Amino acid sequence: MSEKAISARGDLKLSNITKTYGDFTAVDDLTLVIPKGSFFALLGPSGCGKTTTLRMIAGLEEPTQGKISLGDTDITDTKPYQRPINTVFQNYALFPHLTIFENIAFGLRRRGIQDIDTAVNKALDLVELPHLAQRKPTQLSGGQQQRIALARAIVNRPALLLLDEPLGALDLKLRRQMQIELKWIQKEVGLTFVHVTHDQEEAMTMADTIAVMNEGRIEQMGSPADLYDDPETAFVANFLGQSNLIKGTVTGNDGANQIVDLFGQKIALQKDRSHAVDNSIYAGIRPEKFRISRLETATSGNVLTGGKVEDVSYIGVSTQYQVLMPWGQELMVFEQNDDGVAPFNVGESVNISWEPIFTFGLRGDEDAEAGTEVNPDEDLDDE
Amino acid sequence: MKTVSRWFQRNLIRIYAVVAFTYLFIPVAYTFAFSFNDSAKSNLVWKGFTFANWQNPCGAPEICSALGNSIKIGFLATLFSTILGTMIAFALGRHKFKGRSTTNLLIFLPMATPEIVLGASLLSLFLVFKINPGFWPTVIAHVLFCISFVVVTVKARIASLDPRLEQAAMDLYANERETFRRVTLPLVAPGIAAAALLAFSLSFDDFIITNFNSGTMTTFPKFVYTSAARGIPAQANVIGSSMFFLALAIVVIGQFVGRKRKVS
Repeated sequence: MSEKAISARGDLKLSNITKTYGDFTAVDDLTLVIPKGSFFALLGPSGCGKTTTLRMIAGLEEPTQGKISLGDTDITDTKPYQRPINTVFQNYALFPHLTIFENIAFGLRRRGIQDIDTAVNKALDLVELPHLAQRKPTQLSGGQQQRIALARAIVNRPALLLLDEPLGALDLKLRRQMQIELKWIQKEVGLTFVHVTHDQEEAMTMADTIAVMNEGRIEQMGSPADLYDDPETAFVANFLGQSNLIKGTVTGNDGANQIVDLFGQKIALQKDRSHAVDNSIYAGIRPEKFRISRLETATSGNVLTGGKVEDVSYIGVSTQYQVLMPWGQELMVFEQNDDGVAPFNVGESVNISWEPIFTFGLRGDEDAEAGTEVNPDEDLDDE
Repeated sequence: MKTVSRWFQRNLIRIYAVVAFTYLFIPVAYTFAFSFNDSAKSNLVWKGFTFANWQNPCGAPEICSALGNSIKIGFLATLFSTILGTMIAFALGRHKFKGRSTTNLLIFLPMATPEIVLGASLLSLFLVFKINPGFWPTVIAHVLFCISFVVVTVKARIASLDPRLEQAAMDLYANERETFRRVTLPLVAPGIAAAALLAFSLSFDDFIITNFNSGTMTTFPKFVYTSAARGIPAQANVIGSSMFFLALAIVVIGQFVGRKRKVS
């Protein structure tokens, strides 16, 4: 079996994977297909089960239930060293007693590959650090160690490359740079990358497909644009960017739209963007989709009247407003500073409007705060 | 007056260091100095400078056979206690099993037991099994008390080892055996070396337990003890000083190699 597993290629399939530790369920009946050649991100807050999922794919944890297969090969019961899968660990886990060259050559030597020099030098060139071959890991900076960890994994040309919060220890500027480089390297080598992160911006920058995880389950999976524009749950709406969720009731239909009553004001919502199951609904609008206007200005599309500016923050490219609505909710509005309209003052009465196609609908029985209390930058450790 | 007290305050740590090191090294310096004493029998009074003791360290009767025994016993005790102790340390540091905490406690017992009790009870044990005191019973006794120190030293090293390094090795196609040989063992090696040095010096130094179990065989500490009655020969100072400088050299070389590794 191991002989077969090591040469397995193809899509990675997780079927009904569950992992429990005593009473705690880290991963709950997870089913997932990661297509060959894609850059896939598992995104979620600390403790959502994303790292456990990654470790099960690597073979470092055994699933309590379920099956993992690569192409047509079942790899559930194989050891980590029998899988054509390599990992870039969160703290890089470079071998401190070996030189950079020997660190990268480690996997090749274990498999008895012949021309090690050429392969290692190529990998060092790819990460642009050929001059460090004879150094020890402790003599390298964090960013350099990160690249070497990547080279050590990529040099083996695995069917699947796993990245466990690989940029978490780097400072912001270096992180942005590495995000672009990682994306470029993935295109260059054409391997399947599975990236675990709690940083939604990082996931959106790099991944083709993102699976948002929460409490051991996948909340929603799709392209970054799909997840942002049409979130299906309050958790996704709040965890990926910011959202205004307004409680309402579906009162009727108008062609392709539903008519939704928000505290007495009617708005339109495209039917195929509504994930509500009955008349109780949350209408969701991203803050930058809102237009804020003075009472005498003509408005079109969906309009909410009776707002009052509570707070103004000017941040250069845009101005952020907190607008208090008659029903006591504060809405966030981000206005681009490109229309020559003088900024609004605190206390001014305003209307809020937006194009109906930007509205998304969530189930009315959801927790509107889900996903907001998680501060993605606060802690890096998962589980 | 004020300037004096201020000077004193500023240099207090330096003064303390000088005093402490003087206190620590006076006996060593004394031993070294008297290894050059031109003494006939007793080495208590300075009689004049000579290189004769250093030129002929085996000059005193029985001294080198005693030293040879100590080195042989030390070597064997170090070998066995390091191998056994390292295996115990891995079991305790890496695996959860029934009775692990009890084992941890039991490992500490030989360290906590007074040597005089340990030595006496070992002797009676050997006699019960009709084993005569001598070379091998001494080796067995030394292995016994050295193991605890080896376990404690190696276990500390294993505890500081990041388990992700072994996971990374497994991830990079190394099976369990290769992971141990290529990653775990090289990383724990400094701890094992430190444990071996500790075991050797404990064994070489031991008098009480050895005295009970060695019978007529003489070791270096036994030789020094018995000759104390009629005057310790200056050759003992030569050997003592040599051991000191050997240990110093090992530490200095160790530091040097460690630093070179970091810099290069």
